[in-house]
Amino acid sequence: MAKKHGKIYKTSAGEVVYGIMAEFATPADTYHAAEKMRDAGYRNWDVYSPFPIHGIDEAMGLKNSRLPLVVGVIGLSGAAVGFTFQWWVATHGFATVVQGKPLGAWQPFIPVTFEIGVLFTAFTALLSMLAFNFLPMWYHPLMKKERFLRVSDDRMVICVEARDPNFDPKKTAALLESAKGYNVELVEE
Amino acid sequence: MSAIHPDEINAGRLTGAITLDRPQVIDERTGDGTLIDDPAVRAPLVLNNRSLHDISNIVCGYVEDKPGGWWLVMLGLTAAIAGIGTLMIAYLLITGVGVWGLNNRVDWAWDITNFVFWIGIGHAGTLISAILCILKQKWRTGINRAAEAMTIFAVICAGTFPGIHVGRIWFIWMVFPIPDSMGIWPNFKSPLLWDVFAVSTYFTVSLLFWYMGMIPDLATLRDRAVIRLKAAASGPTVLPFIKLRVDQLRAWIYGFLALGWRFSNRHWQNYEKAYLLLAGVSTPLVLSVHSIVSFDFATSVLPGWHTTIFPPYFVAGAIFGGFAMVLLLMIPARELYPNMKDLLTLRHLENMAKIILVTGSMVGFAYTMEFFIAWYSGNKYEADVFMWNRATPPWINPRGAPYWWCYWTMIFCNVISPQAFWFRACRTSPLMIFVISIFVTIGMWFERFVIIVTSIHRAFIPGQWGMFYPTPVDILTFVGTCGIFLFLFLLFLKFLPAFAMSEIKNVTPQASPHEHH
Repeated sequence: MAKKHGKIYKTSAGEVVYGIMAEFATPADTYHAAEKMRDAGYRNWDVYSPFPIHGIDEAMGLKNSRLPLVVGVIGLSGAAVGFTFQWWVATHGFATVVQGKPLGAWQPFIPVTFEIGVLFTAFTALLSMLAFNFLPMWYHPLMKKERFLRVSDDRMVICVEARDPNFDPKKTAALLESAKGYNVELVEE
Repeated sequence: MSAIHPDEINAGRLTGAITLDRPQVIDERTGDGTLIDDPAVRAPLVLNNRSLHDISNIVCGYVEDKPGGWWLVMLGLTAAIAGIGTLMIAYLLITGVGVWGLNNRVDWAWDITNFVFWIGIGHAGTLISAILCILKQKWRTGINRAAEAMTIFAVICAGTFPGIHVGRIWFIWMVFPIPDSMGIWPNFKSPLLWDVFAVSTYFTVSLLFWYMGMIPDLATLRDRAVIRLKAAASGPTVLPFIKLRVDQLRAWIYGFLALGWRFSNRHWQNYEKAYLLLAGVSTPLVLSVHSIVSFDFATSVLPGWHTTIFPPYFVAGAIFGGFAMVLLLMIPARELYPNMKDLLTLRHLENMAKIILVTGSMVGFAYTMEFFIAWYSGNKYEADVFMWNRATPPWINPRGAPYWWCYWTMIFCNVISPQAFWFRACRTSPLMIFVISIFVTIGMWFERFVIIVTSIHRAFIPGQWGMFYPTPVDILTFVGTCGIFLFLFLLFLKFLPAFAMSEIKNVTPQASPHEHH
């Protein structure tokens, strides 16, 4: 990832630093460490845990996700498109009198309108979840760290990225350690 | 849990130095620690104080370890049955629907019975994954993944029947609104077309929901494979003469499917929102699907079909039959797989038995109501269908119904047998639950058969009366779909995470950030 602020940090082996990570023993420790990182003014950092930690959004100072708005707008548009299409088919595309009912009667269009709305909502929910999270992303510097891979099992990790304006290898490491972080180490790009 | 590093906890537990500190109350009769009635004790969702690491090990073990010998035997057997079913379908398509026992009187029989039967079974999965999610029923985490898988496989079996019953399969594209040079569009005012949309939407949404729920667990499988790859220079290979390591293949395939999920809490935030939205739309969807299936019948003017009670009655019946199928699959799996009883406890089974009791009683109420309204409405045709085409055996009155035994099988299996679940001993005995689930599954198949065939086998004038007898092709096609269903489920158990690990971990006591010592 391109570095936007300040200088480029390098490890003793000369590799560009992506960030600094620390392990935490329990969800409670992670939660309180996240509050500390938030209060210290970090912006480009993240908490990694095998499950979403309850209440971590506030502890990290995250704003509400705008995903429901996107999903709602596209889902309702899908329903509208579905309805309009059926109406067009019944009145213009292939106008056929069925059971003596008016061609454009709206009532029989409701089930399919509903289904199309649900279909659009479901696709948008999954795809916008991926888009908001910049996934799929099959490569990530953290994934080279064996310690990090155990997050998917039972570990909790906080990683501060080097591009954060407040990042400083020593001060950030000290802060993570003071927040009960274990195994603080640099992550290579 | 105190603030000890997970490594130390794992090491301590292995040497016996640490025992996790939650006392368990074990039910004396069943030996299960989840059946606690004491309101002061919160019943655990996972037994034996499993740590997060244990949960990963147990669930990933089903994928990573060699399965028991039974698995391969069953896979071969179900594959053979599925193959016979496929041959029957091929025979039908080559020859025509005449190979089934359909005739001019009874032109819908096993095909649509099987369709409604399978689609109904699917409903349990969505109920567990969506409705119980919205109702914050934490116990759903022990069962939702397998139930969702079952849903998808059941809908695959269901979708087969309307597809092949049209006879001329090459015209099936006409049910979809595809622009064509003839300028013909489908009739959107037909419930049969609503059905096409309902079932295809249901399948697609269930698949998306299932897949999205699996992304974190697939990432766990990926990471474990990568850790093993790094830990050892060599390991088991795909085949003796192919040098590719199994773990490398796992890292690629699960890694591809996990889309690079890295358990970030910024990601989890969007993920949880999306998951909740999917649950939110799946809830009305699952109710709509079987309602729309019931419209296929209810909007006709046929006595026995033309009733407004059908949508709720079908939905209750679908959940009823679906839970029975979940139990039929999971009770043996629980016995066959190591440690599965810790994740899928007797309390899960008891809860599902309660749902079977509730929905079974709702179905029983609907049967009674149909009968009552047939009499109370004063509609002679309606009353005749129930009295003479369904309930009365011909050995009581010669006017009686040749299909009486189907009707009474249905009543016994669906209304009477689940009443055993009023007794706690029955609700907490896996064997008893298994037996009743078999009854329920049989009963729900007969329910659809009774609704469809007994309503149409005697039309308004006696000249239109006739019987339906299944041919071997009818029977083997249905048996074949059972094979397809079980075959797919066995593959699922072996190759995908059978439990929602991240969700189970989230409801364990040690996952709470507020438990700070």
